[in-house]
Amino acid sequence: MSGSGASAPPNRMLEVRDLVKHYHAAGLFSASAPPVRAVEGVSFDVRRSETLALVGESGCGKSSVGRTILRLQEPTSGSATFEGIDVFSLDRLALRKLRRRMQIVFQDPYSSLNPRMSIGSAVAEGIEIHKLARGAEVRSRVASLLEEVGLDPGYARRYPHEFSGGQRQRIGIARALAVEPSFIVCDEPVSALDVSVQAQVLNLLADLQRERGLSYLFIAHDLAVVRQIAHRVAVMYLGRIVEEGATEALLARPRHPYTVALLSAVPEPDPSRQRSRIVLSGDLPSPSHPPAGCPFHTRCFHPMRNDRCRTERPVLRPVEATTAACHYAESTPAPETLASA
Amino acid sequence: MTAVVDTLRRAWQNPRGRAGALVLAGVALAALLGPPLLPDPVAQPDLLHGVNLPPGLGHPFGTDQLSRDVFARVVSGARVSLAVSVLAMALSITLGAAIGLIAGYWGGTTDIVLMRLVDGALAVPRLFLLLLVLAAWERVPIGVLIVLIGTTGWFATSRLVRGEVLRLREESYIRAAEALGAPRRRIIFRHLLPNTLGLLLVAATLGVGEVILLEAGLSFLGLGIHPPTPSWGGMILEAKEVLVTAPWVGVFPGLAIVITVLSADLLGDALRDSIDMWRA
Amino acid sequence: MSAVLEVENLRISFPDQERHRFYPVDGVSFTLERGRTLALVGESGCGKSLTSLALLRLVPAPGRIEAGSSIRLQDTDVLSLEGEALRHIRGRRIGMIFQDPMTSLNPVFTVGDQISEGVRAHFDVSRSEARERALRLLQEVGMPDPGSRLKTYPHQLSGGMRQRVMIAIALSAEPEILVADEPTTALDVTVQAQILEVLDHLRATRGMAVLLITHDLGIVAGRADRVAVMYAGQIVEEAPTAQLFARPSHPYTQGLFASVPRISGPVSRLIPIGGSVPPPTAWPEGCRFRPRCPKAFEKSELPPPLLPVGADHRMRCWLAEDAPG
Repeated sequence: MSGSGASAPPNRMLEVRDLVKHYHAAGLFSASAPPVRAVEGVSFDVRRSETLALVGESGCGKSSVGRTILRLQEPTSGSATFEGIDVFSLDRLALRKLRRRMQIVFQDPYSSLNPRMSIGSAVAEGIEIHKLARGAEVRSRVASLLEEVGLDPGYARRYPHEFSGGQRQRIGIARALAVEPSFIVCDEPVSALDVSVQAQVLNLLADLQRERGLSYLFIAHDLAVVRQIAHRVAVMYLGRIVEEGATEALLARPRHPYTVALLSAVPEPDPSRQRSRIVLSGDLPSPSHPPAGCPFHTRCFHPMRNDRCRTERPVLRPVEATTAACHYAESTPAPETLASA
Repeated sequence: MTAVVDTLRRAWQNPRGRAGALVLAGVALAALLGPPLLPDPVAQPDLLHGVNLPPGLGHPFGTDQLSRDVFARVVSGARVSLAVSVLAMALSITLGAAIGLIAGYWGGTTDIVLMRLVDGALAVPRLFLLLLVLAAWERVPIGVLIVLIGTTGWFATSRLVRGEVLRLREESYIRAAEALGAPRRRIIFRHLLPNTLGLLLVAATLGVGEVILLEAGLSFLGLGIHPPTPSWGGMILEAKEVLVTAPWVGVFPGLAIVITVLSADLLGDALRDSIDMWRA
Repeated sequence: MSAVLEVENLRISFPDQERHRFYPVDGVSFTLERGRTLALVGESGCGKSLTSLALLRLVPAPGRIEAGSSIRLQDTDVLSLEGEALRHIRGRRIGMIFQDPMTSLNPVFTVGDQISEGVRAHFDVSRSEARERALRLLQEVGMPDPGSRLKTYPHQLSGGMRQRVMIAIALSAEPEILVADEPTTALDVTVQAQILEVLDHLRATRGMAVLLITHDLGIVAGRADRVAVMYAGQIVEEAPTAQLFARPSHPYTQGLFASVPRISGPVSRLIPIGGSVPPPTAWPEGCRFRPRCPKAFEKSELPPPLLPVGADHRMRCWLAEDAPG
């Protein structure tokens, strides 16, 4: 069901279909090097006021997905429809207008702010680019945005180096909010923060979602963090989604062996609840040379793993409460402990 | 802005940087305020008895073979040398920054083409190029001299700026600006340029020293500043004939060159250290 | 259990802009025992990394270890060693692995060379013998296909493999103590599990004492025998792991627990610790946690010592005086 645009906003705010992104080695003389297949046919929806988490380890392509949807990088193929608009076919002017609706918050608090710009100017940038206000009104908008993210508006004249990592993340969030988006890609926004600061920023993001009706594509590698903020989770491995479902359902009974391994590897801060961990053998295959058949088969511990896994790539299909890409998802061994009390 | 101030302050705390800055400031001040207070550098007041007088009262640097006061000429020459070098260097920096920013940010074919041009230009020795042009053009006006020196000195700077831009391009705040919909122009002027100012400051300071030497050399060969306008290089040229009998005529302008260039280099080094420290 | 390393009242100072000295590590004491893991837990700026560097006398200038500090490696006073004697304990008696294996390995030497070099720095053996040992070490750290890995360069290996190489290098000198400074922070969670398994296995088979420095409470719960929580340059709570998790007593520890997202159990809104970590140049007066503590009271204006809160469980908080038992 695709929406007609501004008049009747569809519930499915973002629809991504078969997104592919390959990186080719730069330079005239590397034409023969195989491309890095960062994203290999990813499809998902994000609904209004909902958080979809994209989870995976390094090299799975999740950050590439985030950046490509916003066209900070051009996709190799596939489509992304945002509020009924085909993002990949827009010209520069229309794209700039769209940028108001879709924003991004970055991972590294230390490089996400221009060191030579006061934070007030940084937050005001979107307002100036899109001419949303002028003169004194810009300043007052900046002040109220800073307040909204929990910072003293008097700090507007200060420079990034005067702030801690957590505060810088808040400034980055204020900057994104300045253009009044309805959708924000959060690219590992708390991974570089200390534990107690993580909690502050996560709470802020949850509050903003409630108050402003925002949707998030929350990119992360930490399942415990994801559990706090995401309604639905999509697990990525080597450029593909291997499992997807509602957060609690997926964590309670994961169906794809990789999800099981990922879950079992998350350290549990409770000595009485130590699970026996599934330790994956081998290393992540290179994204330039993904295995044939199921991408996970080289490290898979499923008791039913066989030749079919080596030759035939499984497709995502509904299995009980989630969707998983595994030939034998029905009989995936359950993790030792269950997710909810 | 505070970052620039911090850089300057750190360079000031460095004793060598401070020395360089103070000497340069002294030379600049003398060049600005000195000439009205000093005897006319061009006048030849006393050809009978005032010729080749050694340094002493009334003539701290002595007089030359045409009885001109050497001190007044050195100070006057400072005006010319500093003016030429600062203006030429400003031209170089602007051109270098512009080309570097464009090549670095646009990338692709633009970058390749521009950088190959720069490579080609760097292959030609600057001095020979200038000699060629100046030898063919008699009595070149100062303005043209400045433009010639300026337009032959931007190549290395453009490479440096381009390198820095390539690095900066990957920073998240540039991505953030793109995500906000910032047009390229804005990214270059609001984000990239301010972050290359440090680099440019260093290149500018070192460039001043380089141009002073260049101009002095050209004037010494008779191709730069022409008499009667005093210039340090020109003064050394004229001092050749009395080198043994009245060495002060050539030594003082020579010292002026050495001290000024050295100070510019010291200051430039201190600025560079200060910027590296900030980066680290 | 036998104590292998005793640290008492460790204080490290640095000069600030006005040449005054400040103390990022301010009176830290702990003991390492053979075959056991002590976890030093804290957030950035608490001084845990500096503490670990001090054990090897690697505190960078202009920092210095203050008089009154004591680090005793069994009967050796580490702080009084010089030259050859100091070089001897580095690596040979205390080994260290760092957080980021990418920058801690030399990119221009093969893995085999770097491990062999470690062996030959501490033992007088031939090149081929050193290579043999290197191979065995790679096997011990669970490196797949160790024979061919000896000839690879660090950039050809993944993060997990590089970390294994680092561990192998640290082990090449056969130390009694292993200091691991955030060894898995830069690694993916599945690789993290692998590396922690390796460390645990080595500790058990070699009987090493392990000092594990981390900010991750999950790792602590699974792998440490004893925990010391650091805040603002001091240890604010220490106890056997099970005790600390069952009864976190210091308000900072309690705050940490309340703010950590859990993978199991009910999901509820995280409760962050208000305020922010004070900079080492300006430790608060009295109890250093007071500005952020929900339980601060008048006595908090006095700096508290470590007080007992239970058997083998101490905390740096005046509230301990009210605790039962």
